[in-house]
Amino acid sequence: MSGLTGDANRGAPGGRANSAPLLGREEEPTLFELSHPGRRSWSFRTSEVPEIPLDELVPESHRRSEPVRLPEMSERDLVAHFTRLSHRQFSVDLGAYPLGSCTMKYNPKVCDTVAALPGLATVHPAAPASLTQGWLGLLVDLEETLCEITSMAAATLQPAAGAAGELTGLLLMRAWHAAQRSARHKVIIPDSAHGTNPASVTLAGYEVVTVPSDQRGCVDMAALEAALDEDVAGIMLTNPNTLGLFEEDIAAIAAAVHRVGGLLYYDGANLNAILGVVRPGDMGFDIVHMNLHKTFATPHGGGGPGAGPVAVSERLVPFLPGPRAVRTESDQQAPVYQWQMPPRSIGRVHTWHGNALVLARALAYILANGGDGLRHIAQIAVLNANWIRQRLSTSYDVPFDRPCMHEVVLSASTIKQAHGVRALDVAKRLLEEGFHAPTVYFPLIVDEALMVEPTETESPQTLESLAQAFERIAAEATGENGGDMAEYPRSTPVRRVDEARAARSLVPTFDARG
Amino acid sequence: MGTYIPHTDDEVGRMLAFLGLSSLDELFAVVPEALRLQRGLELADGVGEPDVLAGFDQYAERNRARSDRLVCFAGGGAYDHEIPSVTRALAGRSEFVTSYTPYQPEVAQGVLQAVFEFQTMVARLAGLPIANASLYDGGSAAVEAVNLGSAASGRQAVWVSAGIHPHWRQMLATASAGTGHRISTVPLVDGTTAWPDDDLDGGEAPGVLMVGYPNYLGCLEDLAAARRICDRTGALLVVGADPVSAGLLRSPGEWGADVVVGEGQVFGTALGFGGPYLGLFACASAHVRRLPGRLVGETADVDGRRAYVTTLRAREQDIRREKATSNVCTNQTLMAVTAAVQLGWLGTSGLAELARRCAQATHYTRHGLLALDGVTAYAEAPVLREFAVRLPVPAALVVDRMADAGFLAGIPLDEGFDGGEAALLVAVTERRTREEIDAYLTAMSKAARP
Repeated sequence: MSGLTGDANRGAPGGRANSAPLLGREEEPTLFELSHPGRRSWSFRTSEVPEIPLDELVPESHRRSEPVRLPEMSERDLVAHFTRLSHRQFSVDLGAYPLGSCTMKYNPKVCDTVAALPGLATVHPAAPASLTQGWLGLLVDLEETLCEITSMAAATLQPAAGAAGELTGLLLMRAWHAAQRSARHKVIIPDSAHGTNPASVTLAGYEVVTVPSDQRGCVDMAALEAALDEDVAGIMLTNPNTLGLFEEDIAAIAAAVHRVGGLLYYDGANLNAILGVVRPGDMGFDIVHMNLHKTFATPHGGGGPGAGPVAVSERLVPFLPGPRAVRTESDQQAPVYQWQMPPRSIGRVHTWHGNALVLARALAYILANGGDGLRHIAQIAVLNANWIRQRLSTSYDVPFDRPCMHEVVLSASTIKQAHGVRALDVAKRLLEEGFHAPTVYFPLIVDEALMVEPTETESPQTLESLAQAFERIAAEATGENGGDMAEYPRSTPVRRVDEARAARSLVPTFDARG
Repeated sequence: MGTYIPHTDDEVGRMLAFLGLSSLDELFAVVPEALRLQRGLELADGVGEPDVLAGFDQYAERNRARSDRLVCFAGGGAYDHEIPSVTRALAGRSEFVTSYTPYQPEVAQGVLQAVFEFQTMVARLAGLPIANASLYDGGSAAVEAVNLGSAASGRQAVWVSAGIHPHWRQMLATASAGTGHRISTVPLVDGTTAWPDDDLDGGEAPGVLMVGYPNYLGCLEDLAAARRICDRTGALLVVGADPVSAGLLRSPGEWGADVVVGEGQVFGTALGFGGPYLGLFACASAHVRRLPGRLVGETADVDGRRAYVTTLRAREQDIRREKATSNVCTNQTLMAVTAAVQLGWLGTSGLAELARRCAQATHYTRHGLLALDGVTAYAEAPVLREFAVRLPVPAALVVDRMADAGFLAGIPLDEGFDGGEAALLVAVTERRTREEIDAYLTAMSKAARP
């Protein structure tokens, strides 16, 4: 029925990417509770630097009277503490993480090796270009690669995350219009957009104009046309959009926005779906940010670091942040690189050159996969998502029931109406099954949304097992024991967490505990 | 190709059949033909791990300024501190490395608790009650501090000391194009900020004052003077503090800072050509609802067991959208976890010893450099872990010459500083031995010769 033979559940040949339960069932004391006065781990190099009295080094008025209170730990206890904490943490390395819009694919280990190379990891960022030719060359190679993937002319690698890329792109938009002596104050975003879009628009000094989605889940063209005027600086779009649907009218959208002098911004959150298939520049976009921690598999580190390079079309290149690494004319065999400030640069958006070691990881991933490999990534990511969509369409609502791209938005709407079980309950129940939950309640325009993005690195056997888990949950939710759903998860390190209490009686540090 | 994709051709075929399709291309039928890329990406074919690593060895080989080859005397916000094996091992655990933002707290207590511990230690370093889960880097924390300070004071005018890192000031200028903040740079005199005597004379009252402690030149600023201006004008005091120096110095909070920002790279994160680093952000309780980025709080689960969760979420962009306090979503959590491990490794005595060793080595090096012909102090204000000197030759030339002698000599001051082209910023960490410093001084005596 599913196209996959056999019981591909746990232990089946072909893989099992789930992990239930996590090991860490015991409450772990904080570092501060584990601290024991007089214990220590630290050791420094033998320095033999002659010393002078502290009074001569630092005026007494500047010196602290008491040392900063920090944990006093043996190395052994420090290791035990953080190892136990790690046992209370789900991760891609443990199991499938179908968190929609986050592209939680497997992170190849070779990229860890690259990021740890002393010749990359121990380089000071202020060292002159003459002493850091390898790094500058790496940045130029990555920039050219990203431009080929997006069909853009040049890119800045400085933005440290997707939202930083958005703000950078919007400031580029602002600088462009200022250079045209055009005062515009509105940016259009669809109602399905990620929350960072409107937040970035505000920080860029623009007003948000929201356009609705039509019945097919795409930008409502009539509403867009009505919103377009000479006050519009541009539009921010994600394509495929946050419903996982390709905006088929993109060429018409681009033409309409360009007609009023606006620019098109591509939010690259969903770039994984279209690698090597269709390129933002070819769709008419002027500015593109990429999330290297999604599409190019750099690990997300529990919430960062990311990297959000921004690529632009030819006319915006002079405005890019700087300094930028560029290849220079050279009569020597090896290319020579230097830093260059674009002539009309918006300035600097990172303290140094961007999240450089994340950038190196992304380049390693791209080189390992190659051009054809990237296209295959998009194909299998879309295949996996559509397989999940088709398979689960009998047990969950599919609000926009047509072929999706890399992710599918399901809804628990019917289940909720009939039995009171919400998307949140489905998510929490899935944790019990050893999978991470999908993204819930996003996009905002879908009732009881469950946004599933399996990514290309989960095997058919893992998909089968994930689908079975979803189906079991739907059956439970509609069966006699539907009332039990609020009891889950049961075997996770903690059970449902009281979020209201955390906000009401704020305890943001150990010292704020009652 | 497809190295990390598990599917066999046979499995792909069966999945396509389940969807009623016969080829992978049909999955993209919704993409208009005219837009589709009609060729392959013009990128090299994929290669295996050994070839990938060989390629990166070549990049690495072309970087001369690696700290295992050139002894590092450069700082300027990025420092060559000890990173012990224990920090590498724990922060490298794949449960921390390969997880996403902790949206499901039931399976994310590891990261959440580590960040809670990080917040506690950052708050203690800053001498303030609240610290967030991190921002991108020191500069981004400075930008967010100005946004918070301007919103809290209701004023757009911002006074930034010229002793704030020049790159942070450039970031503030970039961001102000969108926010409309009016940023004035207050000059330095003999290494410390010369605040205007009459702060309202002809100008608008500032909403934010920002000053370094120590500042970019390593000098200790008079924070009491900055606080007095804030008390007179109603501005918020933002201090850009070096968290290692905090081991010796009175905390900015004790001096009356409303917001403290800093670069957390010093706690266990590699130099890494400038990133990923760690933006530190702490503030007074009054501002917690304007806090940018994530905040972890303690709570309990349904069984009453202690648990952690990201909290005060109503500030954040995914809920508040265009009215959010900031657009920050992804931050630098792994670096925050790294810092938590490193601070646990340092402990109370280790941080004090670290700061003391940096100060002693810096003093010894400065004393030696000032004994060289033609080398003079850039400023006489007290310094802690970094300092600038004037050289008789261009500083960039000295850096080049010193590289041939095996040293990264420091950072030439940029043109924004008076006499910058012939001034060198030198940082000396606990990793520098007397032998290295003596060799550095000998080499400098030749490299800085007119």
